[in-house]
Amino acid sequence: MATARAERLVNLVLCLLSTRQYLTADRIRAIVPGYADAPSDEAFFRMFERDKAELRDLGIPLETGRNALADPVEGYRIARRDYELGDIDLEPDEAAAVGLATRLWDSPELTGAAHGALLKLRAAGVDVDQATPAVVEPRVRTSEPAFAPLLAAVQAGQVVRFGYRGQSSVQVRERTVEPWGVVSWRGRWYLVGHDRDRAAPRCFRLSRVLGEVRLVGRPGAVQPPVDVDLLQFVARTGADAEPGTTTATLWVAEDRAHGLRRRARTVGSRTVAGVPGDLVEIDLDLPDTAASWIAGFGPDVLVLQPDTLARAVRERLLGALAARLDHDGSAHPVATGHLTAEERA
Amino acid sequence: MRPATERLPRLLALVPYLIARPGILIEEAAQDFGVTPKQLRRDLELLWMCGLPGYGPGDLIDLSFEGETVTVTFDAGMRRPLRLTAAEATSLVVALRALADTPGVVDVDAVQRTLAKIEAAAGQAHPAGVVVGLSAREGQETARTRDAVRAAVQGRRAVRIRYYTASRDAISERTVDPMRLLLLEGRSYLEAWCRSAERVSLFRLDRIDEVRVLDEPAVPPPHAQPTDTSEGLFQPDPSQRVARLVLEPDVRWVAEYYPMEEVTELADGRLRVLMRYADTSWMVRLLLGLGGAVRVEAPADLADQVVERAAEALRRADHLLAT
Repeated sequence: MATARAERLVNLVLCLLSTRQYLTADRIRAIVPGYADAPSDEAFFRMFERDKAELRDLGIPLETGRNALADPVEGYRIARRDYELGDIDLEPDEAAAVGLATRLWDSPELTGAAHGALLKLRAAGVDVDQATPAVVEPRVRTSEPAFAPLLAAVQAGQVVRFGYRGQSSVQVRERTVEPWGVVSWRGRWYLVGHDRDRAAPRCFRLSRVLGEVRLVGRPGAVQPPVDVDLLQFVARTGADAEPGTTTATLWVAEDRAHGLRRRARTVGSRTVAGVPGDLVEIDLDLPDTAASWIAGFGPDVLVLQPDTLARAVRERLLGALAARLDHDGSAHPVATGHLTAEERA
Repeated sequence: MRPATERLPRLLALVPYLIARPGILIEEAAQDFGVTPKQLRRDLELLWMCGLPGYGPGDLIDLSFEGETVTVTFDAGMRRPLRLTAAEATSLVVALRALADTPGVVDVDAVQRTLAKIEAAAGQAHPAGVVVGLSAREGQETARTRDAVRAAVQGRRAVRIRYYTASRDAISERTVDPMRLLLLEGRSYLEAWCRSAERVSLFRLDRIDEVRVLDEPAVPPPHAQPTDTSEGLFQPDPSQRVARLVLEPDVRWVAEYYPMEEVTELADGRLRVLMRYADTSWMVRLLLGLGGAVRVEAPADLADQVVERAAEALRRADHLLAT
């Protein structure tokens, strides 16, 4: 920013803060240094419009009004009580929490805002030490392109429309949603809102939003229900996908499949096709995911019990063979499980 | 280009900042504002030219410089910083709420007190529109590991860990010098200097099978730098091999779950992806698990290995049934 402009803007803020009267544009032109340089009325008004926009972008509460009803034009002032950050006095452990909070974001949208907040808190006299590392350092990323437009829509209370592909769904469907909030749960971002097409509340994974997020209708049209706990909503939707635990009996080749062994109990030993190995028991949560995991170990892990698991593993192995042998270029899909709890919209 | 949005907030914050810290070193102030001391001096020179209408000697902001320090002697009415914008309040309040709801990160009571103070100072409450849950998907054992590791980080003690390396499907014992705990994308990690690998590593807590806090101090070497996580944990490594895969719609999640070099939409909801992998045995395990829902287009030897392993597994399973 050119020094001249920065200086003019600082002077404008100081001038409008110091006045209780509304100052008209003409008056400001005459008082505040810098505006006198404008070669014409038109140049001045362009300059002044740009400066006002700049101040408003920064959140400076620029008031407009007339000192008397008879005044022909509106003037400007800044009310000190609306401008100034309230008193804030933080204990050292509270300041440490602020430090951690402002470091939380790895996000183009939120990192800058957090820095802005930190700057102002420091200016308010709070000492925030960012050099001493915390014991536990949480970080949250927002890398999905849909994050910024959806957050903006939530904050504006505006309906959105976007292309969405549900889990394992071939078709991309257009969804129209009244957005309530953007939620990060277990490292993933979701949009929660009222799905107009389904006429029910739903959550959508941001990584499955395809293409652009379009705004529909007016800002302020969406009123999120006050009694909905968004995080709970996402957690519940995910939790539905988790059925009970089953115990399986497996054969594991000697000194192989360590990732599986570390979660299993050895109950015996057995040699299969000349290969020594152990019999183990293991508790499995998600049958589909477990079948994929076990199939991954190939000949190193075989399923004895239960039959359904043995069949599911066999299906995957046959599928892996078929996909290779298939020469027409299309693989035969075999249903496999998802690793995580998902939205089921 | 709007460079003004960076300098003006700093200029407006600078005077109240200095009022709160009379006689502060210019270098220290520059550090707090994230600028060079030279830039900070330029800002101060600019402010010195600003003031109240009249703009005479008694109306301008006045600063007194003494050595390398600065003190405000007249503030021209700029005593307090500008209130937080909605975006600033949101970013801070959402982050604090996330910390408050996650036990074990930081003293929850301190966070609650901070939240109350920030919300009071920020004035009107804005509906944030963002909620962050920081808790990881972890079982009870991991919680116990976390307690032990946390104590080691706090007490600056070295630890001996039994660790499962998923890429190689191997378990090893190693002594590490803990640096901090990281909570990233729904998982917890111990960041530590690994004495055997001689580098900073991130150890996933749910893969630490045993942890013993040693009776010796943690001494990461001075060149052990914290991991930059701003671009995510997995950085493309050009030395790694690339697989070209076609994913059926059923397993599109693979492209969401693992970082991809390239993703191309094909007909019928299939995806063609380029995926880097460090360890072939890991890749073979992933592909076997995906069964027929993935086709390996390249490299050929990877596809061959998947087929060999699948065929051998089926043979052995038949053998098991026969006995």
